[in-house]
Amino acid sequence: MSQIPEGWEAVIGLEVHCQLSTQSKIFSGSAIAYGAEPNTQASPIDLGMPGMLPVLNVDAVKKAVTFGLSVGARIAPRSVFARKHYFYPDLPKGYQISQYELPIVFDGHLDIELDDGPDKTTVKRIGITRAHLEEDAGKSVHEGFQKSSGIDLNRAGTPLIEIVSEPDIRTAAEAVAYLKKLHQIVVYLGICDGNMQEGSFRCDANVSVRKVGAPKFGTRTETKNVNSFRYVEKAIEYEIERQIEVIEAGGSIRQETRLFNPDTGETRAMRSKEDANDYRYFPDPDLLPVVCSDEYIAAIRESLPELPDAKRARFVQDFGLSDYDAKTLTSSRELASYYEAVVAASGAEAKLCANWVATDLLGALNKLSKDIGESPISADALAGMLKRIADKTISGKLAKDVFEAMLNGEGSADEIIKAKGLVQITDESAIIAAIDDVIARNPQQVADYRGGKDKLFGFFVGQAMKATQGKANPDALNRLLKERLAG
Amino acid sequence: MHKHSIAELAAGLREKKFSSRELTQAYLKRIDRFDGAINSYVTVTAERALKQADAADARIAAGDAGILTGIPLGQKDIFCTTGVRTACGSRMLDKFIAPYDATIVEKLDAAGMVMLGKLNMDEFAMGSSNETSFYGSVCNPWDKTRVPGGSSGGSVAAVAAGLCPVATATDTGGSIRQPAALTNLTGIKPTYGRVSRYGMIAFASSLDQAGVVARSAEDAAHVLQAMSGFDPRDSTSVERPVDDLVVGLGQSIKGLTIGLPKEYFADGMAPGVRVRVEEAIATLTRLGVNFREISLPNSPLSVPTYYVVAPAEASSNLARFDGVRYGHRAEGAKSLEELYKKSRGEGFGAEVQRRIMIGTYVLSHGYYDAYYLQAQKVRRLIYDDFKRAFADGIDLILGPTATDVAFKFGHNSDDPVAMYLNDIYTIAANLAGIPAMSLPCGFVDGLPTGFQLMGNFFSEARMLNVAHQYQQATDFHTKWPTEYAS
Repeated sequence: MSQIPEGWEAVIGLEVHCQLSTQSKIFSGSAIAYGAEPNTQASPIDLGMPGMLPVLNVDAVKKAVTFGLSVGARIAPRSVFARKHYFYPDLPKGYQISQYELPIVFDGHLDIELDDGPDKTTVKRIGITRAHLEEDAGKSVHEGFQKSSGIDLNRAGTPLIEIVSEPDIRTAAEAVAYLKKLHQIVVYLGICDGNMQEGSFRCDANVSVRKVGAPKFGTRTETKNVNSFRYVEKAIEYEIERQIEVIEAGGSIRQETRLFNPDTGETRAMRSKEDANDYRYFPDPDLLPVVCSDEYIAAIRESLPELPDAKRARFVQDFGLSDYDAKTLTSSRELASYYEAVVAASGAEAKLCANWVATDLLGALNKLSKDIGESPISADALAGMLKRIADKTISGKLAKDVFEAMLNGEGSADEIIKAKGLVQITDESAIIAAIDDVIARNPQQVADYRGGKDKLFGFFVGQAMKATQGKANPDALNRLLKERLAG
Repeated sequence: MHKHSIAELAAGLREKKFSSRELTQAYLKRIDRFDGAINSYVTVTAERALKQADAADARIAAGDAGILTGIPLGQKDIFCTTGVRTACGSRMLDKFIAPYDATIVEKLDAAGMVMLGKLNMDEFAMGSSNETSFYGSVCNPWDKTRVPGGSSGGSVAAVAAGLCPVATATDTGGSIRQPAALTNLTGIKPTYGRVSRYGMIAFASSLDQAGVVARSAEDAAHVLQAMSGFDPRDSTSVERPVDDLVVGLGQSIKGLTIGLPKEYFADGMAPGVRVRVEEAIATLTRLGVNFREISLPNSPLSVPTYYVVAPAEASSNLARFDGVRYGHRAEGAKSLEELYKKSRGEGFGAEVQRRIMIGTYVLSHGYYDAYYLQAQKVRRLIYDDFKRAFADGIDLILGPTATDVAFKFGHNSDDPVAMYLNDIYTIAANLAGIPAMSLPCGFVDGLPTGFQLMGNFFSEARMLNVAHQYQQATDFHTKWPTEYAS
């Protein structure tokens, strides 16, 4: 990561558009499935046809309130939809229905963690100014048409919340940490699928720079629609560098909207403030104010799922996990549920379960490019294997083989153990027999060991394990080997 | 047949004196004969009408008919009708055929009414004379050199000339009541939210309300009854049971108190109209109504308030007509901006463009607070005036509907402000959202005039009751323009 030059400071605020995963659009009954044939999910309401009226989807309201409560925000008892006017072919009514003066969610915050070097993190609070409900526009399609453009209105009317942060962010890394946290929360809450490629979660970055200690903010630019964490980081870094260069060269920053080009990693000006639309906001007379009663808000608060930070703390507290493991295992709600299911079903030590899930399983899934929801090993199946470790049927070492076989779909842990004859040897006489055989065949090494070459112990462990095809119980083997070598 | 009331027509149908098909054909014949000169219909849907008539006849034969089954009507061309062009008086929608029915079209279809066609109107309902229609002016059947009023000019002219027994209409600032007064009809604009706006092309969403023009309060009551009711597709429609508007028509009105706003009886009303309105008051007094002078102090602010709010909403509602998805698209545009400018420049007439510009201006950054926000505050004051009056024991309010009788074509067309002042008595009801109606009270130099009743929210039944009782005691509403009497 590039550093901000000494003496300079960046001021960053983010606007995140988060698509709500409702069944239907915010003001019509049309479906919102991604990737459908163009205009097959557009009703006369979505097309802005004459005489058509919006009717609010109450599920979108519920999801917005759910979000608000999850970031400690206040919920407006009365919020108002407004019309935001501009002409564009993919905006069917000539205005977007949004919220302006009275948003449904305001005055919240998010605590982000910043890595300050090895094993050192600090927590920073980022204010959330507001989050308002609005409808998405359609899409203009330029490929595949000659001398004209197509319009796909499937997306028109998709419910969004626009989440606006305070200008509390100072670095690209903080911006990414904020976005990741926000992303994690909306996915946790089940209010957004979080798919950034499909545009379900996209970000506009407002960036300005100033000399450290300057009383006022510098002129900001807004970089639009950046749709990956990495791009946000790059776009902000580029913008900070560019603005400082301009100012140091004696120039000044123009207030403008910019676009990020992922291929070059640069931003370029799209339109300046002078070209900006006068949106002519006014309350939409087709819609009533949204009224959220205390009872309604309380009922949603009741039904909120456990959020990542709370879950992480509980994992440390209840399962005795390290904060690092707890953080990994709570990174998604599905993973955390998976882990809890493994612990519950296996009866094995929570720490052991954590190692298998966080290290072995996630490592394997990573190689397969799958996420936890697509894991070839179910939580029950993994628990079945951990039970056999716990009851010492197999050693941790044997378990690696069992795990591999399970990944390959060779059956349950018990089936694999049986089929491969992997049951651990705990019968001490069998282990002693193997040890004695090793001692008998390696007189020179035995003499050296007894003469003080302690390091050779590992050699004997290896030989004895080999003789038992790795099935000897490691604890028993170690103990018995020490006894026999001692003579 | 064209002089019968709805109740008489329904009885005739039930007693097999005539079928709905015969009734429909009779009206189609009259349209053929007279409408060339009047221009009240923009589309006549003969085939569709006969189909509906046959279906109605089958229902009547099966004993499955309501009072409206088989009764023809005209629909203002602002209500979307599946498969039948809905042009809203505009070149912009000259080729527009909606794939859906307005809720009121659905409801009146379901009641078995027969749609004869779509009725002319001012472009996007913006006008008080029906002179802004892309389809040409409509003549007042009482004097063809005069306007029928607007915006529902086609609706009133068709009913007044007997080209349909009843018609739907809409009222944003007086568009039902003023034309009704100018053509000797009874027109009612119900409480805002009583009738669904779904499928009704929006002019000013917070003011628009559908209603009826008819030849009597009783006829109006029957049709309004069928149109009213909550509609989940219109968020501003009110979830409240609909009163029976017909059952109480015969009730005595003795002892009711009607308020006479002094502001409505100050200067502004033509002397002839004043005489007729005062006669109506005298008639109602004889029927036992008590009158009391009241004050609606903010009513002088109605017109300026309206001409901020309505254009603001219109400029927004009409933004969708961009030539991209439907409606008029200009030829030969070389850029997107040019496409917008040319399509809208060609598709909209002068009055619509004027209001879009006013509306755009008052919503602009830096002007919003001074105009739109201020107008909304004044609107509240106007509403409070009514609220105070009704809380003070006033059952209904009475005043003139229009300042004068119908004016000649072109009379106000070079002076928009003079034209806007036509709505001076009617606008307040829209701003307050209360129901209001106009009914005939006699003639000035052979031209009809009317008076207006305004009521508290959802007091349609009470208003219609007073109107009906008045019409039992008078015969103005039964008069016909000579040319169309037979």
